[in-house]
Amino acid sequence: MPRIRVEVDGATYEDDVEPRLLLVHYLRERLGKVGTPVGCDTSNCGACTVLLDGMSVKSCSVLAVQADGRDVTTVEGLGVDGTTHPMQRAFHEEHALQCGYCTPGMIMASLDLLRENPDPSEEEVREGLEGNLCRCTGYQNIVKAVRRAASEMREPAGREVTP
Amino acid sequence: MIPATFDYVRPASLDDAVRALSDAGEDAKVLAGGQSLMPLLRLRLAVPDALIDLDRIEGLREIRDTGDAIVIGAMATHHQVIRDPLVRAHLPLIAQATQTVADPAVRHRGTFGGSLAHADPAGDLPAVASALDAVFLVRSTRGDREIPASEFFVDWMTSAMEPDELLVGVRVPKLGAGWGVHYEKFHRTAQAWAIVGVACAVRRDGDGIEDARVALTNMGPAPVRAGAVETAIRGGPASQDAIRAAAAQAPAGTEPPTDLHGSSEYRAHLATVLTARALTAAAG
Amino acid sequence: MTTQEVGSPRKRSEDARLITGRTRWTDNMTPAGTLHVAFLRSPHAHARITGVDTSQAKKSPGVVAVFSGRDLAEEQGALPCAWVVTEDMKHPDHPPMAVNEVRYVGEPVACVVDRDKAAAVDALEEIDVDYEPLPAVVDMEAALAEGADLVHDDLGTNKSYTWVFENGDLDAAMRDAPVVIERRYVQQRLIPTAMEPRSVLCVPEGDEFTLYSATQIPHILRLMLAMVTGIPEHRIRVVAPDVGGGFGSKLQVYGEEVLALLLARRLGRPVKWTETRSEGNMTVHHGRDQIQRLTLAAERDGRIRGLKVDLLADMGAYLMLVTPGIPLLGAFMFNGIYKMDALSFTCTGVFTTKVPTDAYRGAGRPEATFAIERMMDELAAELDIDPIEVRRRNWIKHEEFPYETIAGLTYDSGNYEAATDKALELFGYDKLRAEQADRRERQDPVQLGIGVSTFTEMCGLAPSRVLGSLSYGAGGWEHASVRVLASGKIEVITGASAHGQGHETAWAQITADRLGVPFEDVKVLHGDTAISHKGMDTYGSRSLAVGGVALFSACEKVVDKARKVAAHLLEASEQDLEFTGGRFSVRGVEQEGKTLQEVALAAFLAHDLPDGIEPSLDSEVTFDPENFSFPHGTHLCAAEVDTETGMVKIRKYVAVDDVGKVVNPLIVEGQVHGGLAQGIAQALYEEAVYDAEGNLTTTTMADYLIPSAMDLPTFTTDRTETPATSNPMGVKGVGEAGTIASTPAVVNAIVDALRPHGVTDVPMPCTPERVWRALRAESRPAATEPGAGGGLGSAGGDQ
Repeated sequence: MPRIRVEVDGATYEDDVEPRLLLVHYLRERLGKVGTPVGCDTSNCGACTVLLDGMSVKSCSVLAVQADGRDVTTVEGLGVDGTTHPMQRAFHEEHALQCGYCTPGMIMASLDLLRENPDPSEEEVREGLEGNLCRCTGYQNIVKAVRRAASEMREPAGREVTP
Repeated sequence: MIPATFDYVRPASLDDAVRALSDAGEDAKVLAGGQSLMPLLRLRLAVPDALIDLDRIEGLREIRDTGDAIVIGAMATHHQVIRDPLVRAHLPLIAQATQTVADPAVRHRGTFGGSLAHADPAGDLPAVASALDAVFLVRSTRGDREIPASEFFVDWMTSAMEPDELLVGVRVPKLGAGWGVHYEKFHRTAQAWAIVGVACAVRRDGDGIEDARVALTNMGPAPVRAGAVETAIRGGPASQDAIRAAAAQAPAGTEPPTDLHGSSEYRAHLATVLTARALTAAAG
Repeated sequence: MTTQEVGSPRKRSEDARLITGRTRWTDNMTPAGTLHVAFLRSPHAHARITGVDTSQAKKSPGVVAVFSGRDLAEEQGALPCAWVVTEDMKHPDHPPMAVNEVRYVGEPVACVVDRDKAAAVDALEEIDVDYEPLPAVVDMEAALAEGADLVHDDLGTNKSYTWVFENGDLDAAMRDAPVVIERRYVQQRLIPTAMEPRSVLCVPEGDEFTLYSATQIPHILRLMLAMVTGIPEHRIRVVAPDVGGGFGSKLQVYGEEVLALLLARRLGRPVKWTETRSEGNMTVHHGRDQIQRLTLAAERDGRIRGLKVDLLADMGAYLMLVTPGIPLLGAFMFNGIYKMDALSFTCTGVFTTKVPTDAYRGAGRPEATFAIERMMDELAAELDIDPIEVRRRNWIKHEEFPYETIAGLTYDSGNYEAATDKALELFGYDKLRAEQADRRERQDPVQLGIGVSTFTEMCGLAPSRVLGSLSYGAGGWEHASVRVLASGKIEVITGASAHGQGHETAWAQITADRLGVPFEDVKVLHGDTAISHKGMDTYGSRSLAVGGVALFSACEKVVDKARKVAAHLLEASEQDLEFTGGRFSVRGVEQEGKTLQEVALAAFLAHDLPDGIEPSLDSEVTFDPENFSFPHGTHLCAAEVDTETGMVKIRKYVAVDDVGKVVNPLIVEGQVHGGLAQGIAQALYEEAVYDAEGNLTTTTMADYLIPSAMDLPTFTTDRTETPATSNPMGVKGVGEAGTIASTPAVVNAIVDALRPHGVTDVPMPCTPERVWRALRAESRPAATEPGAGGGLGSAGGDQ
């Protein structure tokens, strides 16, 4: 069984894993990181989206062995010292979630979008989130939330920073 | 779902990879970005004995200029291809079509070579490779060989590569000055596969069209180079009438499938409409 | 602080755990010793099981047990149907795991219990099942033909029931009316697709069991599990932890839930099962699937005389919890918001070899609303009257409420004029009509259509006596209790079971206002039968209109009890006390007072209470509504239709809804958005497709097309507010309104765009190919183009 070393949300883990173990199952079942849910088996829904070395991936379509030596950020790794990330806050403020099942993936995909495009138009947000399905919100408030977070992340306390 | 068990090999070099593939036999699969393979594994529609993961092989993601062509490393990700300055400068059709592939997260992992080797006729890149006369660079323990796009796509999800052969890269001739390009994709939802797609490059000569390349996505078990359209448009005027007349040839020689998202008959119709739109856009 | 909460856009308290991944989904829980279950499922639509050999699978390492249906036949009982709609309804036995025969692809035939989830799936491959294939029964109309193959041999027919409702002299209406329009519409089969797949975990403790499930109905599920398994109700605790959407699909008693309980009992260890999406698409109950034959009779001025409705409803292979009743929830809605002289409704339930149908967002009302709103547009076209105008001539005027409809319901309130006027203004109706005319004139390949839907629906299920008259197997009340803690903090316990609706926020808002306490001082508990001992759960847009009203009354009871204690403490008479801002004071002596917190502490200490007063301010109310609630609204859709490809793009969508008094406008707007998305998805994208052999071909999200952010427009939503008069809060349901209203608005827009081309219908979902075929059916007669003639019905779905 291959041995992997992965950094997840700031902690380092070393584990023997079956090659067939999916990253999302490794996160959920081995590390107890159940904040990242599974919504489909064809990489369509995006509920399991995490950042792998800073870029969004669907963790159901990556093997745990492929994450060896890499850095994973899940929704549980956002925010520091009990505070929430501006993206999380924006989802709350704009009522961008109902059942909340798609929310972790939606938030991670949105962060990836802003990494490349700090000021996306409505159309660009919709395109950036095309790989994340939501069944409750009709997306309208999600789009608003991402643009709100973008605005706040561009100018926290009135100064420009990179998200 | 959970994939069936398999052995996992992660070679550090191309030589190791080729050797591993040769050793593993016919029931091994190459793992590139995994974005097509992983769902198949999870649904247990693919049950390989071994996966040979190309992820950590140095140099396979490189995109380089060889003068009259660009060579795109097989493991270059879609994300990388879309942003690559060489691709954008010399092969904008590839950048444009790749932008329509799946979604951002999938494009971060999915690879140019992987998509082509998968040889899914509903995929967007095979038609593009066909339109651009790409050449596939493959390697095995038996040596290297080059396969032109016209011979690479053999059948539904079947390429001309032998089981022990590995796609190393794809050499795509630069189009040069004067060419306009367009990829016209038609699908029901953003995530859905193309019902039909048209990859198109046109070289204008004043009011006329000097040359054109047209290839079709999902109009048969393999991408279809629309030779009849190219012949009809070449040397003619860049008028809507001429474009429409040429585009009417698009279904010639195709075997469009009938599936959940469209009938064969409808696809044939779409091919004419979309080819006209693609030609118009490319002729700019 | 007081009187400000209800009506304010309070941000949801649920969000804190959902945005941080600290959520408690059922699949997140894996107690020590948990065993994992995997199901082997039928690959056949219909077959006799002639043998199941589990011996090899039992030898796989890690496998704790393997069971076939036969192994469990003695104890597994039958899955319940709580709605026997007619006395002679055919109701086949429905074992949780198939024993002798399978009747849909995906029906469970055996299961493996293993310490490891992956190994359980591996071991399924070691089970050998012998099948003797039987004919699939896929088409409803064919299923009713003489000599058709039977789904259930012993029933002797594929017909489950025929249910009839008639009022007024329909024959006279049809005979006398100068205009008679006949149409046939198909409500395609849909897969509800809640984002959270089903999951169940059963933890045994001696002869008691705690069952966690991704369910909408913990209370009903507990009772049903007791009835099916014989385990006494008080030995079963059902918990619906965080539940990721339901849309009706989790209003069910699933075989897997029963089997998890039985396996936990047999094995004495926690047992867990979570479905995969492709497994779920095959086995979660589906929605809709009706063929509607409609005949509308009207006068030349557009006034409707009568409507005849003849439905075939696909039950699938078995009758599940409320399968046969779903179409009947629409029976009383085919008349919509209109006055007419006669209505005749006939529904026949049909068995096929497909997964059973049951509730899906709207449940019966979307089908009815689609039918009448499509017919209104057809009538407008036939008479060459504007579709808004033809509706105005028929709808119930605001001064006519309460109004008893031809279907026998009493609509308590409404103002269709106000909602429509507002919608027209927001939409820019006249301007878009002008653009439409211009595009027609120019023969633009992209045509513009405008679709209208003026709808109402019956929700807030439901007055128990009405349910009784429909032979439904339960009441429609809801329960609430309020616990006033010693510190003055409040716990609210509701029988509603939220799975995304935001009850924790809205219920706290109601409580804060009624008790005059800060919003933050209220905690809402739900979804656990050990805590919320009584409830009827969440579906049918009932939670606020029934459960919220129960809470409203329970708060009143608390105040009444507290008033007695406060009067004693203040040495005043109860009549002299007023209660404002959470404080009792003696009228005219404002400085003399006791806060609810002080009264709560006094009740807790109980040192000084008046005689005969119990030391508690807690209260309970079980509320049974006197009527349904009738939200209504006007939806307008502008759609661009590419006549060359058939592609439809929604250009503008305006929804003005009237859901009565609003507790939280943020939540209401969110519900409308989500409802619109699902209604639009039925119109344009979604369809569960079975092939001729009864195989589901849309098992994954790659084939069953859920719209993404790219596929939906930005909606313009607004409200009018006509309070319901049938409950003290004036509230109506909102959960299903958007879904119910939007489907016909979209299809009406598409047909409106193409009407000059002779198109009178496009079957749903209106795929590009179907739109294209509808156009072609006109321009190229069938005789010259073999294969194209039957275009309307032949595309997509049968491939």
